[in-house]
Amino acid sequence: MKSQNNIILNLDWITILLYLALVMLGWINIYAAVYSDEHQSILDIGQQYGKQMIWIIAGMFLAICVLIVDSKFYVAFAYHIYVLILLLLVAVLFFGREVNGARAWFEVGGVALQPAELGKFATSLAVAKYMSQFGFKMARTKSYIVLGTLMLLPALLILLQNDTGSALVFAVFFLVFYREGLPDVILIGGFTAIILFILALVWTQLMILMLLIVVSLVLLIVLRQSIKEGIIGFVIVSLIYGILFGLKNIFEFDATPFHLLALTSILTILIFIVYGLKKHIKQAWFVLLFFIFSISIALSVNYFYRNVMVSHQRDRVDNLLGIKNDLLGAGYNVHQSKIAIGSGGLLGKGFLKGTQTKYNFVPEQSTDFIFCTVGEEWGFLGTTVVILLFLILLIRLVYLAERQRSTFSRIYGYGVACILFFHIVINISMTIGLAPVIGIPLPFFSYGGSSLWSFTVLLFIFIKLDASRTKNLR
Amino acid sequence: MDTYTKRQYLLIGIFCLASVAMIFRLFYIQVIDPSYKISADNNVLRRQINYPARGLVYDRNHKLIVYNQAAYDVLVTPREMKAFDTLSFCRIAGVDKAELVSEIKKARSYSKWKPSAIVKQLSAHRYAALQEQLFKYPGFYIQARTLRQYPAMIASHILGFVGEVDQKKVDEDRYYESGDYIGKSGIEQAYENELRGVKGISYMMVDVHNRVKGSFEGGKLDTAAVIGKNLISGLHADLQAYGERLLAGKVGSIVAIEPSTGEIMIMASSPTFDPGAFVGRERTKNYITLFNDPLKPMLNRAITSSYPPGSTFKLADAIIGLEEGLLGPEIRYSCNGPRSTPIKCTHNHETPLPLVSAIRESCNSYFFQAFRAIINKYPTAEEGFEAWRNHLMDLGIGHRIGGDLTAENAGNVSKGTYFDRIYGKSHWNVMTIRSFSIGQGELLMTPLQLANMVSIIANKGYYIAPHIVRSIQNFDHTERVLSFEKHVTQANPYLFQVIADGMEKVVDGGTAKIAKVDGIAVCGKTGTIQNPHGAAHSAFVAFAPKDDPKIAICVYVENGVWGARYAAPIASLIIEKYLNDSIAPKRKPLEASMLSADLISAMHLTGGD
Repeated sequence: MKSQNNIILNLDWITILLYLALVMLGWINIYAAVYSDEHQSILDIGQQYGKQMIWIIAGMFLAICVLIVDSKFYVAFAYHIYVLILLLLVAVLFFGREVNGARAWFEVGGVALQPAELGKFATSLAVAKYMSQFGFKMARTKSYIVLGTLMLLPALLILLQNDTGSALVFAVFFLVFYREGLPDVILIGGFTAIILFILALVWTQLMILMLLIVVSLVLLIVLRQSIKEGIIGFVIVSLIYGILFGLKNIFEFDATPFHLLALTSILTILIFIVYGLKKHIKQAWFVLLFFIFSISIALSVNYFYRNVMVSHQRDRVDNLLGIKNDLLGAGYNVHQSKIAIGSGGLLGKGFLKGTQTKYNFVPEQSTDFIFCTVGEEWGFLGTTVVILLFLILLIRLVYLAERQRSTFSRIYGYGVACILFFHIVINISMTIGLAPVIGIPLPFFSYGGSSLWSFTVLLFIFIKLDASRTKNLR
Repeated sequence: MDTYTKRQYLLIGIFCLASVAMIFRLFYIQVIDPSYKISADNNVLRRQINYPARGLVYDRNHKLIVYNQAAYDVLVTPREMKAFDTLSFCRIAGVDKAELVSEIKKARSYSKWKPSAIVKQLSAHRYAALQEQLFKYPGFYIQARTLRQYPAMIASHILGFVGEVDQKKVDEDRYYESGDYIGKSGIEQAYENELRGVKGISYMMVDVHNRVKGSFEGGKLDTAAVIGKNLISGLHADLQAYGERLLAGKVGSIVAIEPSTGEIMIMASSPTFDPGAFVGRERTKNYITLFNDPLKPMLNRAITSSYPPGSTFKLADAIIGLEEGLLGPEIRYSCNGPRSTPIKCTHNHETPLPLVSAIRESCNSYFFQAFRAIINKYPTAEEGFEAWRNHLMDLGIGHRIGGDLTAENAGNVSKGTYFDRIYGKSHWNVMTIRSFSIGQGELLMTPLQLANMVSIIANKGYYIAPHIVRSIQNFDHTERVLSFEKHVTQANPYLFQVIADGMEKVVDGGTAKIAKVDGIAVCGKTGTIQNPHGAAHSAFVAFAPKDDPKIAICVYVENGVWGARYAAPIASLIIEKYLNDSIAPKRKPLEASMLSADLISAMHLTGGD
């Protein structure tokens, strides 16, 4: 009896209250999104909001189950759970039901289950278990290979189901690895690659080349702490370009400015190599590496974009970046979603008073686009409160993770925080036109049993680990 | 404690930064940017589709055969609807009350927020009356559409019809939305992308009183509708109408092609139907009536029915025989008349006879012997048959040939393996398949393929894929002429001269004397096709004039007794009308008897047993 009491007292009630608040807000907004005069009772189980109530009750039952199980179970069976979920992900490819072009659902007694959702906590467990092994070091090739495999296996299987959004979530584990010692360079390189990807689509190749030359020179100045070398570099580049430009005009070559600048950079690199070898400058190699890495990314983006991405994904990116403004097709949802949120104003139109989310064809208004209802009916005040609630939850999770004595619990806690972070940012950003439309749900808000349950299990395993933190040392 | 503890602050920093970015963005679109604001509480944005007029269709002489007329759909958004006087609404719109109630119910179950059409294709004068009273009916509004109109009431089968797009297409093609119209058959379907134009979309602000308050964001999101492109077809509207009149009362079809271009001038199928049957509020009823008609009027017999070609096929026999070097102007085969084996000849003529006479007399015995010679030229029957079959494919027989025809039947020329299956490998020979020589047996051709075969003879060895549409008219009235595949056969051009000579004799003293037209050298060939279910079919193929062919034609009349009975006269009348502009007085009685002949009623009278 005593230890039972202990557990309840040890639970982090702040997190649990945040969870309950978010789930309830989600339910109320689903009610508002699909509200109609004919079905006014929020308890009507023929409607989505009635069903959501059942999912919520079932979710709480699941949470209690998770809390009852001994915390050592999650540590001991982390790999088993991971393998089991992988098998489910394979099975769904063969026996699953196809909905909207994605073969991602099992149907059990009228309830649809999405194994992809379960992949997130299973992978968090497996990653936590591997990284908490005695003698684990991040900076080893073997560590990279194993962690990469743990992360990519479920992502690839989900990609095979045609569910790109859920597969992308796994990229967020890089943040977890970063906390545990992944070198800065990789994180910075990742961000650089993302920025270059976007620039390569929006800018011309000439503009990107110009930017990279300038950035490389600035990098040289910063690393060498010498403005002189930077200016010399700039003079060399200008001089070579000037000579090439003159030659072009005299001999009437058929060359675009991009060709000239590309030739200029090759010649500059040669000079740079000679200079670097002579003076044994370590930083020179770094700048050179940066330049070549960036150039190859920028140039391969076009290939990747045209040949690897599927047309509807391209449309979504094009639309986000303003390359194409197709309000009939890919841009229509986002445009409608922005109108709905924008029309909410400062204080919103009031509960059940929203017209845009109902009238307009914001599809999936109770699932992926549930944030529109928040924005329209509760206004800027409502959206800010929801975002702040999420932010407080995330910071609380980081705080809890840091107070763990066991490495396993800490890493798992970071897994939970980062997965929630990715979902929240991408989902809200896509409804306000900051991210492409990637169909992933807003945690605790979006309609649907699978997603609610998987986020509940994800979170409550951590709450349980935290509650018994005095017992788990590894 | 590990060494990376400080990194927690960087992660918290990233979380905060992202949240702040989202809040800034929300502040901008919710509080600062007025363009998303919608002033009054109940104002709604209406997405109105502007349907462009569909392209027009002209005949070869730029005579209009399909145009548009405005019509109006009444749309309702159930959520915005208030109680209204149903009786007066029904009176103005001319609809039944029960129908209206059921349509509104349907609209409600579809969506309370999206508009649905509850009264479709309202006429212009009802529209005018309703427009004045519309303020009494909140939630209702009217959308302009265009309906197809057919001034000449011809060519229903090839023009095809326009109907509401089905769900499958909506799922496949993002351009279409439920309720849009799309070409369902004929050239409406084949040239859908040219004809439809591009629909425009305007976003309108509407207040609680159903009044349009203006366009959203000054109309900068609106897209303009682009009108559909016009089609210039190769059809000859007057001849088509004449052909349809001649076919009236008979079951059958006519195909006439301009040999040099492959343009189809006539494609008539009888019984036919009013091309406007699928337009307007009666379309569903009409469709059901036509669908249930035992004579299948919606069937385009010219391309979807395939028949045994009968004796008209002897022309193909002749071409192949000449190509294989087994026939020639001076090579003769003998005929024992009714005592010929294995196929009897019913005609009385000289023997042994040359090719020209064999065509003129349609001698079964001659063409069987020619066929036998072709098959036996090869070491085995299989190889001989294969070579013979390849010649047929080369002549456009046994596969689809149309350039822009939808629902075309390929006809049938069985493969050698078919006989292997029935008789066993190497257990069949030329005797087994002898019916091929007289166009019966495992051989089926569409009237289009027959007309095309004659086209090849007229062109001395090539055809251009037969097609309806000649060119597409751009908005600046320039034309983009479509090009269709030209197929040159392996046969040597000079071979066709002797066949044309034979065909000329058919009309000039042979089996089709009735088809003789003064002043025009008509080359023809009759066919009488045995029919186990009733009277034999009547077929006739021809081209004219002999030296400068302007028209190649096939007429096929089901249960037309024999080739020269109906098919040959009808074909000759069309040729005469086309080349001479009018029918000679001495042939007027023939024209009158063809126009009035009614085989369908006769069939029904005797059909009791």
